[in-house]
Amino acid sequence: MQSNAALEYDYSLAKKFTFLTILFGFLAMVVGTLIAAQLAFPELNYLLGEYGTFSRLRPIHTNTAVFGFTVSGIFATWFYLGQRVLKVSIAESKFLMVLGNIQFWLYFVGALAATISLLLGYSTSKEYAQYEWPFDIVVVLIWVLWGVNMMGLIGIRREKALYISVWYYLACFLGVAMLYLFNNMEIPTYFASGGLGDPIHSVSMYAGTNDALVQWWYGHNAVAFGFTVPIVGMIYYFLPKESGQAIYSYKLSLLSFWGLMFVYLWAGSHHLLWSTVPDWMQTMGSAFSIVLILPSWGSAINMLLTMKGEWNQLTDNPLIKFMVLASTFYMLSTIEGPIQAIRSVNAIAHFTDWIPGHVHDGVLGWVVFMIMAAIFHMSPRMFKREIYSKKLMETQFWLQTTAVVLYFTSMWIAGITQGMMWRAVDEYGNLMYSFIDTVTVLHPYYAIRALSGVMYLTGFIMFAYNIYKTMTSGRVLSEEPQFRTPMA
Amino acid sequence: MDIREIQGYASFFMTMFLVIMLYGYIIHLYRSEKKGERDYEKYGNIALDDNITSTPVEDKPASQRD
Ligand code: HEM
Repeated sequence: MQSNAALEYDYSLAKKFTFLTILFGFLAMVVGTLIAAQLAFPELNYLLGEYGTFSRLRPIHTNTAVFGFTVSGIFATWFYLGQRVLKVSIAESKFLMVLGNIQFWLYFVGALAATISLLLGYSTSKEYAQYEWPFDIVVVLIWVLWGVNMMGLIGIRREKALYISVWYYLACFLGVAMLYLFNNMEIPTYFASGGLGDPIHSVSMYAGTNDALVQWWYGHNAVAFGFTVPIVGMIYYFLPKESGQAIYSYKLSLLSFWGLMFVYLWAGSHHLLWSTVPDWMQTMGSAFSIVLILPSWGSAINMLLTMKGEWNQLTDNPLIKFMVLASTFYMLSTIEGPIQAIRSVNAIAHFTDWIPGHVHDGVLGWVVFMIMAAIFHMSPRMFKREIYSKKLMETQFWLQTTAVVLYFTSMWIAGITQGMMWRAVDEYGNLMYSFIDTVTVLHPYYAIRALSGVMYLTGFIMFAYNIYKTMTSGRVLSEEPQFRTPMA
Repeated sequence: MDIREIQGYASFFMTMFLVIMLYGYIIHLYRSEKKGERDYEKYGNIALDDNITSTPVEDKPASQRD
């Protein structure tokens, strides 16, 4: 390929997926806030008949957050940074552009249709794998399209060395492909029975304990390859680029990469402690969960050390604040998870509100913060305009940080209270409390979580508004900023 | 030995194998840098200097590198 002066990166796909990230993020958080409020105030279950009940809305919340918001964010950032670290414009290949656009439209329509199917009550009842078989096929198609696009771009690259972020996106692609396929092996009952029942309904190919094992091997690694691996890929690009500081130790990043790959896949059985899976497997799940601290902290510390000597940037660049907070929350949730995976702790924590508490210090503090930071960084480059308001960004930062803290602290207290009450016995060995006693005690904490949802959602709306104003009325930039993102 | 036991042993030896591989990798990274075969840290610049016209940090495929 000849280099030519007019060659430019093409951000059209990154922009499209950025819009979807914001749209699905908003939807996921509106529903999240609503279900949080429903847990505190059950009357809210009856707003929309069957369509407004907690059981219908919860899978919509989780799937829209995972497969809508996070996956769009992964696509958006890939189509941005993939080009940059490979030093090749996707527009240099018509084929890849067309493929990317097909991927976009299939994804957009597919994700909306899948969400509607959940609303109508179609569900396989496997967590994060609720989509029924027709949607699974669409998911697989989208994933293959993305894979071909990624490999294609790598194939025509100028930069021969693959930057560490690319490794992470590749791992995300491979990991999710394998997990999704295996866990969603299912038999459409209508076709298998020669025309009985609903054509959309299916049953899993696995049964009993095996089904549970495959499910949590998938479920846990969906967190690994959806919420961790690609987000680490993002921070390895955006933090160095925004701060102008190269990764503190590239070798450590390689080592943490392989560490993460080796260890993560074995930790899933920590979701099944004290259940019917073989004992050694439970022990393995606990042990690997604890070992997982090392590669996780390896990446996080590498990120924090990247800021060495440049901590002043933390005070005057809100984008650095977002990213440093994200890696700090990554550290928090990757120490919290292993603690919950210790058998004796799990005996108290399992089935309690501590688990959603853990999930959300990870997703709200780490995943969403990092994706928003990435979009803030990309916007001036994609739209060639300055960020509309730094002040708004600062306010958003503090509002959302407070919200995350309220969310997980209330759930810590709620979860541990719940766990202790469930197992409390009197001097004769009788249970001291009935279930409803715990519900009554937990009410204030549920109310605090609902409030934190409102705050976090408000912050997200501020973010969306800031990006919208940046696109439409930010000061026009004459040239692309090299490191620090310009903001008014 | 029943299947559970075999699975247990398989898991144990697999773990040992992976641990050895990972430590081997650390040694490999540091050794090839010490011997001057590779400079891993320069790859960090790929993110910083990422204009489409920038000179690639490495523009030859691995097989043709000297
Ligand atoms: C405004 C922000 C949010 C609020 C108020 C919220 C609220 C909730 C609530 C109430 C639940 C159900 C907990 C239960 O069943 O006891 C839940 C579950 C969940 N949420 Fe969110 N959520 C928010 C944002 C997010 C985001 C952005 C993500 C992912 C990127 C996410 C991922 C999840 C996951 C994976 C679960 C399932 C947890 C489990 O099974 O233990 N949430 N959320």
